[in-house]
Amino acid sequence: MADALHVRLRQTAPIPLDAAFDCYPGEVLALVGPSGAGKSTILRAIAGLASPANGLIQKDSAVWYDPTRGIDLPVQQRRVGMVFQDYALFPHLTALENIVTAMGHLPPPARACAGREIMRRVNLSGLEDRKPRQLSGGQRQRVALARALARDPQVLLLDEPFAAVDQVTRRRLQDELAALRGSLNVPTVLVTHDLSEARNLGDRVCVLYQGRTLQTGEPEEIFNRPKSPLIARLTDLGNLFSGRVSGHDRAGGLTAVDWRGVTVHTHHRPEFAEGAAVAWVVPPAFVVLHRGDRQSRGERENPAAGTVSGIRLLGDTAMISMSPENDPDTRLIFSVAAHTARRNGIEIGGQVSISLLAEGVHLMHPETPAE
Amino acid sequence: MDWTALSLSLNLAAVTCAALIPLAMVIGRWLAWTRIRWKGWAEALIALPLILPPTVLGYYFLVAFGNASPIGQAWQSMFGSGLVFTFEALVVASIIFNLPFAVQPVQRAFEAIPDDVREAAWCSGLSNLATLRRIELPLAWPGIVSAVALTFAHTLGEFGVVLMVGGNIPGETRTLSLAIYDSMQSFDDRSAGVMSLFLLALSFVAIALVYGLARRGQGRTHG
Repeated sequence: MADALHVRLRQTAPIPLDAAFDCYPGEVLALVGPSGAGKSTILRAIAGLASPANGLIQKDSAVWYDPTRGIDLPVQQRRVGMVFQDYALFPHLTALENIVTAMGHLPPPARACAGREIMRRVNLSGLEDRKPRQLSGGQRQRVALARALARDPQVLLLDEPFAAVDQVTRRRLQDELAALRGSLNVPTVLVTHDLSEARNLGDRVCVLYQGRTLQTGEPEEIFNRPKSPLIARLTDLGNLFSGRVSGHDRAGGLTAVDWRGVTVHTHHRPEFAEGAAVAWVVPPAFVVLHRGDRQSRGERENPAAGTVSGIRLLGDTAMISMSPENDPDTRLIFSVAAHTARRNGIEIGGQVSISLLAEGVHLMHPETPAE
Repeated sequence: MDWTALSLSLNLAAVTCAALIPLAMVIGRWLAWTRIRWKGWAEALIALPLILPPTVLGYYFLVAFGNASPIGQAWQSMFGSGLVFTFEALVVASIIFNLPFAVQPVQRAFEAIPDDVREAAWCSGLSNLATLRRIELPLAWPGIVSAVALTFAHTLGEFGVVLMVGGNIPGETRTLSLAIYDSMQSFDDRSAGVMSLFLLALSFVAIALVYGLARRGQGRTHG
């Protein structure tokens, strides 16, 4: 039974770090953040390829890194399986040899057989004797993953594992990893700049900015209820507005926010005092388009109106950008089925009315100048 | 053809390669990955024999190895005879003037191995030594063979340094290139022609080998 990975890292240079998170057996923790946020540095520190000035990296009771006690376990002794961004396969070895190289913990006669079994698990059977240059991008990625698993790792580290393949292959590999993770009972840390990948593959998501962990939680929490406007921007939530708390309805379980003349209700948030300035978000999934032909009950819930400023068709979905009447300098984004957009005659410059579902409206403290 | 000179030249080239290539592998690998600030100075020092006139190199060898120098005196006390104008002096001089020809191909070969390939080897549980043996050397070997070819051919062809440090003693320090010079001086054009043709062919094969391996090396490290 593998155990939890505890990571606490601090340093000021060369890359500032102030990161803290845990990752549990069988869990995929997705580290997200913009370029330069320190994601790869953290992954390298866990692997033992980088040594931050201060910190503690612990796998259950085994301390891997603690500079105050002079502990810095060599890479080889940490037993991590790592998938590098460009796969870093050994170019002179075949696919099977690449995998068998990581099986030093097994007796030599057992390695080839075990290597073939791992190749079967990652759908690589039949490609044992191919050199990396004879493999497609997706196949190389699978060899890299197989090699990481071949180590029988205590921790699995994935550094932008799908960044170097085309979109179709990426989707397929993500599905394969999702299917595979059920059989992995080790903590898995996934570094990605792809937010949808983090959302789909991560059991929890950790948002990093300038080396600092800002928020760690389940994808639903991170992408719907960010702790701060900065996190909302980093997670590309959009629909970020400012307002002022106009009242609390304790009995009704509601808090009202004045959004430039429009009242927006959300669930009761007594920690925000009446009159206090707030930032608030509403994820696109909680914005409902009013039908043009008939009224519905939901229209009474936080109604707002505006002018369509943009329409982007993404397959069967239309992403609609609306300039609200009461806050015309901002943009409110929501999506509807493409046929719904057509049926309702939505076009740029046209008027639309929407409802902001109260359950999706999330209040935050406004940004301080330091942020 | 002066067979004694040819034998001595081949012997010198072989001994130089045997002594220099391991040294070049250590220096080249270190230069490939070190991040020290004075790396440029170290590279310049190693490249110096490429542009320095052989007579200047020869002069400093004589100063450094002469009987008045600490090295010469230490040699004298250890072996009972002087170092200059001996085969051993040729070997030492040959190692130094061949440094860039041996170190640079090796350095380029190690530099061509991506950092993450070595890191992947460590993450796969390979020790530094196992990584060198199983990953780095198989990828760098075209550069190492290039270093051998260049060092061997360059040693056979060196003239100025060999003349100044060795003194052109038949059977002791007269190499093939000195024998060519002597043949010309004594109007033995035929011998000079045969020996020159031999050196020309050998040098061509060595350079062709270097280019061929360089292409192959590119294919391997970027597989």
